Amino acid sequence: MTTQLQEIAYSPEIATKPEMLVCKDLRKVYPTPKGDYVVLDDLQLSIKKGEFVSIIGHSGCGKSTLLTMIAGLNEISGGQIIVDHEPIRDAGPDRAVVFQSPSLLSWLTALQNVMIGVKQVFPGASKAQKEEICKYYLDKVGLGNDFHKRATDLSQGMQQRVGIARAFALKPKVLLLDEPFGMLDSLTRGELQDVLLEIWQKEKITAVAITHDVDESIFLADRVIMMTSGPYAKIGDELEIPFERPRNRKDVLEHPDYYDYRAYLLNFLNH
Amino acid sequence: MKDKSIKTLRMIGLGFLEPLIRLFSGEEPSKNGKLFFTKALLPLLSIILFVVIWHAGATALYNSEASVRIEKARAEQGEEAAIAMQECIESGDVSCQPNTLPSPKQVFGAFQALWQDHKSISEKKAEFKDKVSATNEQREAQGLDPITYTGRPSFLDQIGTSLKTVAAGCLLAMLIAVPIGIIIGLSESLRTAMNWLIQILKPVSPVVWLLLVFMIVKTVITDPSLDKSFIISFISVGLCAMWATLVNTSLGVSTVDKDYINVAKVLKLSIGQNIFKIILPASLPLIFTGLRITVSVSWMVLIAIELLAQSPGLGSFVWEEFQNGANDSNAKIIVAMFVIGIIGFLLDRIMLSVQNMMSFNKGMA
Repeated sequence: MTTQLQEIAYSPEIATKPEMLVCKDLRKVYPTPKGDYVVLDDLQLSIKKGEFVSIIGHSGCGKSTLLTMIAGLNEISGGQIIVDHEPIRDAGPDRAVVFQSPSLLSWLTALQNVMIGVKQVFPGASKAQKEEICKYYLDKVGLGNDFHKRATDLSQGMQQRVGIARAFALKPKVLLLDEPFGMLDSLTRGELQDVLLEIWQKEKITAVAITHDVDESIFLADRVIMMTSGPYAKIGDELEIPFERPRNRKDVLEHPDYYDYRAYLLNFLNH
Repeated sequence: MKDKSIKTLRMIGLGFLEPLIRLFSGEEPSKNGKLFFTKALLPLLSIILFVVIWHAGATALYNSEASVRIEKARAEQGEEAAIAMQECIESGDVSCQPNTLPSPKQVFGAFQALWQDHKSISEKKAEFKDKVSATNEQREAQGLDPITYTGRPSFLDQIGTSLKTVAAGCLLAMLIAVPIGIIIGLSESLRTAMNWLIQILKPVSPVVWLLLVFMIVKTVITDPSLDKSFIISFISVGLCAMWATLVNTSLGVSTVDKDYINVAKVLKLSIGQNIFKIILPASLPLIFTGLRITVSVSWMVLIAIELLAQSPGLGSFVWEEFQNGANDSNAKIIVAMFVIGIIGFLLDRIMLSVQNMMSFNKGMA
């Protein structure tokens, strides 16, 4: 079954693009009193420029660990992470993160929250230019009328919209999404998936999204990466999702292959 | 308008008036009537009950002391003296009044007396000012210090002095504790290094701080024109009260939400930006909680410190009245007690509203 699907799914357009993110022999060990706990072991991953990849796996399998390591927020125990041909050392705005909780600075407004990042990335730009960048992305995520609202006055969904705007406004090389919609209700989650894809469609930033929602992983990604359960987690399998972009939810759901992909992923997770 | 005034009342700690406002606007009369009763009338009733018990207790103490005096007169000088003593006590003569816990009425009387005293002293001061204004202008022209009023301070002046001491003490506490708190909050090893020292110094009594400050100030400050007793008392107040702010600030800084730290890392903020844009705002609520404790502690230790440092203020007022032993001294001490209590309460309320304002920033996120 794998080969069949993979053959249909093979997308020559992406295959020819240069690599943007590579994990080589990646290993993560947490020392515990009972000896080392190996979360990730010998993990290999290669993501092309402009590719949208989602990673699924059971909770506790180490997928969030992998993402925070790519972000540079978590130390690497062994192996290498290479972004745009440079091994990473620490965190930086070239790898923007959308956290699971929106993590907005609650004492600032929506605009100021985006601005604090923009100021770091575009130090040379004039104040008006910086503000324009912030407003552009906030407008794109549907917060055109809420620039000056305080983060605490926004709903969870709106806060996460600001989180997305903040990440895109950094113009990162890689966008990392750590279960970005995990804390939202299903309706808001759908809306935000649409917002995310719409803005991604314009920017085509290499993106890695962690999720445990099978439908979400298919809807968002060009390729779904399945992680085995830890300890010693690694990549178990991959699945190309060749649906046309820009995608819309209805077309994806009605696509004749959709349920095959879904069944394939569920089958992996259940075994 | 209504909602706004309710919000303001809550902010300044007068939330108990909220049902009354709702009641006046005709909103759920039965529910708000009940709320008003529990929130405003019940506390008032308990105060009335307290005054009644106090009155009864004071009367009982008065009677028992009176009968002791009469018995003593009878035992020492015979029956006639005892009757004379009884008559003297009943006539309300100042010379033979039992000296015990004053009744609420006496305390109120003492309060009025203090108020009158304040008025007359203010008048005297104003008169004095008028009298010397011409001279002072001349002196100023000659480059001399103006002549100032050196008479006895009134009770209100004493309160003013005390408040000034507390304000200076708290300011000092803040200037020392907040920066140190931030520094040790940022570094775990520094925190561990300082921990024992803080734990040991924190419970030290205000009196000991005073003596310590006295030892140092006495040597360091030799300029006689400086008000040494004020300096000693405000530094002692600051040292006693700063610990809560120090501990809270370091706690606030060391427990800043990990997400915020991650945001700062991803954005590659510099250390300065990190402190002023992320860590400080995020720990403001806890810092202000600490400052609130600092203010109430400083007001509490102030009386003892003023008393020992012989710095003017409520503390020395209480001490002087106690030493004085005049007929209404006891009542005046009780007045001072209530004034201290009420001012402490008000200070706490002010700090609470500031603290609330800070935590509104943080919200529920």
